[in-house]
Amino acid sequence: MPAAKVIKTIGHRVINTVWRIGLATRFFALILMYSGASFSRFRLTMKELFSTGVMSLIIIVVAGLFVGMVLGLQGYETLKRYGSESALGVMVALGLVRELGPVVAALLFASRAGSAMTAEIGLMKATEQITAMEMMAVNPIARIVAPRFWAGVISMPLLAAMFSAVGIFGGYFVGVVQIGVDEGSFWSQMQAAVDFREDILNGVLKSFVFGVVVTVIALFEGYDAPPTAEGVSGATTRTVVTSSLAILMLDFVMTAIMFRGN
Amino acid sequence: MRHLLILSLTQLTAPALVEIRDLNFSYDARPILQGINMTFPKGKLIAIMGLSGCGKTTLLRHIGGALKPNKGYVKVDGQVIHELDQAGLYAMRRKMGMLFQFGALFTDMSVYDNVAFQMREHTDLPEELIHDLVLMKLHAVGLRGTHHLMPSELSGGMARRVALARTVALDPMLIMYDEPFAGLDPISLTVVGDLIRRLNDALGATSVVVTHDVQESLKIVDYVYFMAGGVIVAEGTADEIRASKEDFVRQFVHGEIDGPVPFHYPGGNYRQELNLEG
Amino acid sequence: MERTTMDLWVGIFVVGGIAALVMLAMKVGNLGSYNVSETYQVQAYFTNIGGLKPKASIKSAGVLVGRVVDISLDTENYQAKVSMSLDKRYQFSTDTSAKILTSGLLGEQYIGLEAGAEEVMLKQGDQIKMTQSAMVMEDLIGKFIYNKAAESAQ
Repeated sequence: MPAAKVIKTIGHRVINTVWRIGLATRFFALILMYSGASFSRFRLTMKELFSTGVMSLIIIVVAGLFVGMVLGLQGYETLKRYGSESALGVMVALGLVRELGPVVAALLFASRAGSAMTAEIGLMKATEQITAMEMMAVNPIARIVAPRFWAGVISMPLLAAMFSAVGIFGGYFVGVVQIGVDEGSFWSQMQAAVDFREDILNGVLKSFVFGVVVTVIALFEGYDAPPTAEGVSGATTRTVVTSSLAILMLDFVMTAIMFRGN
Repeated sequence: MRHLLILSLTQLTAPALVEIRDLNFSYDARPILQGINMTFPKGKLIAIMGLSGCGKTTLLRHIGGALKPNKGYVKVDGQVIHELDQAGLYAMRRKMGMLFQFGALFTDMSVYDNVAFQMREHTDLPEELIHDLVLMKLHAVGLRGTHHLMPSELSGGMARRVALARTVALDPMLIMYDEPFAGLDPISLTVVGDLIRRLNDALGATSVVVTHDVQESLKIVDYVYFMAGGVIVAEGTADEIRASKEDFVRQFVHGEIDGPVPFHYPGGNYRQELNLEG
Repeated sequence: MERTTMDLWVGIFVVGGIAALVMLAMKVGNLGSYNVSETYQVQAYFTNIGGLKPKASIKSAGVLVGRVVDISLDTENYQAKVSMSLDKRYQFSTDTSAKILTSGLLGEQYIGLEAGAEEVMLKQGDQIKMTQSAMVMEDLIGKFIYNKAAESAQ
């Protein structure tokens, strides 16, 4: 009866997944409910901004530069076939601002900051720090989880914007400085084709949504991790896998809504 | 005899800080606690002993309000814990301190910030006053010099003492210790045991020590409860326990290999499993 | 409040992020060059707009003077009604003509305006009467083949 067993396993998995989505949603609601201290005592959030935002800076800037340079190189090779090298700026900018900036920055953020959040919270739970805090009449969601959430939500759009900006300079460097595309048309065509509201604000909105999703997944996995070494390492892996998939799926949905018909 | 009578009389008459009556709790239909009755008089140091998994820690979690009983109640300072709402429970917990098995120091804060944590969260004291209070608490456990270190830089015994300073940071009326002696070297063991007794008397607090370290705790405690399989199997003062004739207590106190607690986990027929028969 | 190096780093991070956003808005997007507030609207009817889309640029002598706001089909005469918003700084006479042009061979389509000789200027809500539709590749090719056929028949 292997078929019945397979169906049973799939059924279990589906129910378990739906269950966890429900739990994560309730966890998200709790975070929002207990977010007061994250702002009234902004120093708490500040500390987490340092460990999520500032610590992700280097990887974001370096990755953005190289992605932009590759876009410049590949874009030039493709556009040259149609004799429209002058549209290189448009291609690099739109590609980064609409898609690659928010998505790649979010993927890097999930593996750099998200996994660290999960591991940290999971270890805090495993070493009874969270129980200890509860016994001290301090709400751990308000004190530990919410500041990390807000730090992630604030960092993500800023990191994505830096990724795009550095990427455009990477494309500029390869396209204009190295290959010799006309500088004027690079920038002017870009400015003519990229719309502030349509392209840039939608890109920022995307990265904001990714920020919410990645941090909630990371914090939930950490908070929900079994208090053992395998538990924490499993949760860390799940954070990266789940949030990467969530980023790519949500990106498709949001792109379909935002940029349809253009 | 007369002496013993007076002692148990004071045991009865001293006002009780914690009363546990007919406490029942099961986890996934597996009974953990079955009809526990205990009384912790004010100012006393009580030990709850038993093997791992006998429900000691579960009992502590009920006193702290982390678990709800299926039947019976825990009353602390006249209030039934599981009937309190979130705000009431948090107000009650501010009057409690708990030392966790391995200290549970916040790893992302320095020793100083760990001890100052509750003062900052629950009081509006100015930072200069907190500074003095933190150093006093650390001085009491002999670790004033470590205030700038991170928890990862401390040895196990030192971490336990810092955690102790943090536990008593707000001068709680009830201090709970979950296995305070686990994994300590003999010197740290004596130091921590001595500190538990001295802090209890200095603060006028009531303390509960959950432990399986018989020799160390018998030196310091006033009264002992023995638990096994979710029920109380023996109780008495330290001397009574030492002199106890009961099999379980004897085995436990003297660490005998076989007794009511068997060496072998129940299994099938040994010879059969080794294929020596047939 | 005491200052720490951490604050400095968070400051650098936030300033860098906002600078990147501003740079994207100004240098990459068209927020700096295109002023939305000072515009006036005019309409024009075309028999065929080809691939013209909303937000397409409107140019006169190659200078960007406005954007296409809305395109709809007028079911009275089955012509495409194109609403444009033009920059207030640029005034056009009422006999201005509008053409749908293509930038490059395969590039985007835009509207080109050619000013006329009238003294009266276009106002908010006016209509441009003289229009020239987009060139549709199939029509062009069809015309070309038809001409060739006619030539060889002669």
